[in-house]
Amino acid sequence: MRKLTLWLPLALFAFFAGLAAYMLTQEKDQFVESTMIGQPLPEFALQPAFDGLPGASKADFTGKPKLLNIWASWCLPCIAEAPQLEALQKQGVEIIGIAIRDKPEDVAGFLAKYGNPYTRVGSDKISEVQLGIGSSGVPETFVIDAKGVIRYQHIGDVGADDVPVLLAELEKAQ
Amino acid sequence: MIAEIGLAALWLAAALAVLQLVSGAASLRAVPGEANPLAIYTRPAAVVQAFLAVLAFLLLLRAFAVTDLSLKLVATNSHSMKPFIYKLTGTWGNHEGSMLLWVGVLAASGGLLAAFEKRLPERTMSATLAVQGFVALGFYAFLLLSSNPFERLPVPAVEGNGLNPLLQDIGLAIHPPTLYAGYVGLSVAFSLAMGALMTSEVNPAFARVMRPWVLGAWVLLTLGITAGSYWAYYELGWGGWWFWDPVENASLMPWLAATALMHSVSVLAARDALRTWTIMLGVLAFSMSMLGTFLVRSGVLTSVHAFAVDPERGAFILGLLGLYIGGAFTIFALRAGAVAEGKRFAVTSREGALVFNNVMLSAILAIVLLGTLYPLLTEAFDVRVSVGPPYFNPAGAIFAIPMLLVMAVGPLLRWKSDKPTRIQFELLLIAALVIGVIALVSFFGQFPLLPLLGLGLAAALAVAAVLPLRGRKLVRVPLSTWGMVVAHFGIAVSLFGMACEGAFSQERLAAVSPGGTEQISDFAVTLEAVTPIAGPNWTAMEARLAVRQNGGEPVILTPQARSFWSPPQSTSESALLTKWNGQLYAVIGNQAEDGRWQIRIWWKPFVTFIWYGGLLIGLGGILAIAGRVRVDLKRRSATARGTQRRADVEALGAAAPQPAE
Repeated sequence: MRKLTLWLPLALFAFFAGLAAYMLTQEKDQFVESTMIGQPLPEFALQPAFDGLPGASKADFTGKPKLLNIWASWCLPCIAEAPQLEALQKQGVEIIGIAIRDKPEDVAGFLAKYGNPYTRVGSDKISEVQLGIGSSGVPETFVIDAKGVIRYQHIGDVGADDVPVLLAELEKAQ
Repeated sequence: MIAEIGLAALWLAAALAVLQLVSGAASLRAVPGEANPLAIYTRPAAVVQAFLAVLAFLLLLRAFAVTDLSLKLVATNSHSMKPFIYKLTGTWGNHEGSMLLWVGVLAASGGLLAAFEKRLPERTMSATLAVQGFVALGFYAFLLLSSNPFERLPVPAVEGNGLNPLLQDIGLAIHPPTLYAGYVGLSVAFSLAMGALMTSEVNPAFARVMRPWVLGAWVLLTLGITAGSYWAYYELGWGGWWFWDPVENASLMPWLAATALMHSVSVLAARDALRTWTIMLGVLAFSMSMLGTFLVRSGVLTSVHAFAVDPERGAFILGLLGLYIGGAFTIFALRAGAVAEGKRFAVTSREGALVFNNVMLSAILAIVLLGTLYPLLTEAFDVRVSVGPPYFNPAGAIFAIPMLLVMAVGPLLRWKSDKPTRIQFELLLIAALVIGVIALVSFFGQFPLLPLLGLGLAAALAVAAVLPLRGRKLVRVPLSTWGMVVAHFGIAVSLFGMACEGAFSQERLAAVSPGGTEQISDFAVTLEAVTPIAGPNWTAMEARLAVRQNGGEPVILTPQARSFWSPPQSTSESALLTKWNGQLYAVIGNQAEDGRWQIRIWWKPFVTFIWYGGLLIGLGGILAIAGRVRVDLKRRSATARGTQRRADVEALGAAAPQPAE
């Protein structure tokens, strides 16, 4: 009897370890989805983030589905996603950027160095629009349809695998 | 270059851990009476390894201090505009850095053990150090293979990403390192337990060696949990002090196990009883710290503590957990049967009370463990549940209440066997206090059951805690007894704070326009203005609240809603007005469309006693350590003098002419 009790801790531990190992192999969604999906963009009109391009407002999201890219010159993953944004732009996607808490000279420097995929870049000095559309980090990319409704949210940098996904979502938003 | 030296130091330390493991294990297989030639390497390997691991940590600290943006870790977690103190604390505010801190402390305590502990038989010591090296090796592998803190970026970053603003707080400077040091102290207890088990040396001498490590770890865990609870209280802005969050539970479980272990190791040291149980708790306490690390780092559970989680790292830690804890429990199952049964004792004795409370502590531990892991279990069947206070509070209380009652009585009992009639006056006093206070409080109003019981128990416990001093000359009471008295009194103080917070807290949530006044308890709170202000790396809306108590002089409180920009995140900075009998807690929320501001105010009577109690408990532990170490040092110098005298006598005896028969 005493012999058996001594094995009990090991048995309990083995059960836990098995369960934990199983759970680790399961996919898990860690991201905070915006509750704004399916909702229209809030009203906003942002000043240009630098001298080269006009600023951004809600009124710009008409005509066809467009991408809204939340980024900043101080953000490292934004450098990583720059080539993918360029690729999207080459395929005819219109990308409107919102630079978060940025300075005009830094924005200009970043775009000169890593390429400029945007048609407009608004400057969001106090993360007002960012919080308004339910974005919790930089970078994030939203698909906005022709009526100005948020259709899809991509959290984190846009990788090479995400380009077709975004294109498909833009197609769906037609 | 500096970073490369750090990395090299880590690899060398890992190599030394292998040497420590191999030489320690080899000396276990030595022929009796003949020392293994490898055995001489074990202690030096531990000491040098400690030096190298600490060096690696200091070099990372330097990289953060000067914001070396060519390091990936610095670039992703720091920012040149951050205040200097938070640059330093940022070193351990991330996964890699905190793991490096962990191995640094682990190696340092291994080094201390190897350098200064001479009381154990050499075989047991070698086994202990081999286990310690084995544990360290796993963490070196983890750092070097999956979370290298010294990784360079191909191109140095222009600017860093910043540290999570919630962590830019002085609480972070002390809370995690304290807890880590506590966890690691338990690893030494674990190694000692395994060493003693493998060499069949589970006896009072071993318990005396283990006791300071357990006590030290326990003090650090106590203080770490106290600091963490206060940090969550004022930084998260939710007005609560304990949320039964998985990460909080992860720190509470080792504390519960360590509390049980500390008491059982004392019984082993004093009475040579509870041998197997002490070993079992030694393994359990360290398992709980490793389990905590796993839960926090793997992200299998959802928690308010949003650490950078990574299933791959989770798998690595789980592997380590399986290796160490699975291995330890296997050895336990195989060898514990061979540990001779300790001394027997009666049910009504101090040992009896301690065993009872050990069982209660283990039961609470099981409750917390079950509640923490339950969501993991149900998620395996695709049901998402959240286990919260409605489960933990009553389920924990079922075992905590009898435990607190026995805790009040236990220290009054004698070792081995005692008659309850001997202490009937004390028993009656305790019972009268519990019933009297509960009756008195219920007379004044309707309060929830648990806080009510808490108040009664707190009063009884506060008195019972000092009863062991009754009739004794206070200056002659040993320091370790003072430690027990202070710690038990601290439990009463803390319990009083929790019960008051639960029973008497008042809360007011109101939309106020500037100039408006809200009344809570006997405080009138006026919103004077809301102004935008800017800090080094944030902007905020700050409310100016004028607080008048009973129409007296106003005190200004300034709660803020802060927005950080790297990374972008908003936090709520609560403002506290501390009085001797409680705290006024104010938070500012959003602005409504009509221009009014949401203000949330709590009056929490005696809430501060929760943390005062925590500090007292920690102080009690420190007194106990001081007392034990003093006795040990005295004993050591007495032994040394005895040996010296014998040597002198022998020398004299050899030189002097033999007395004639």
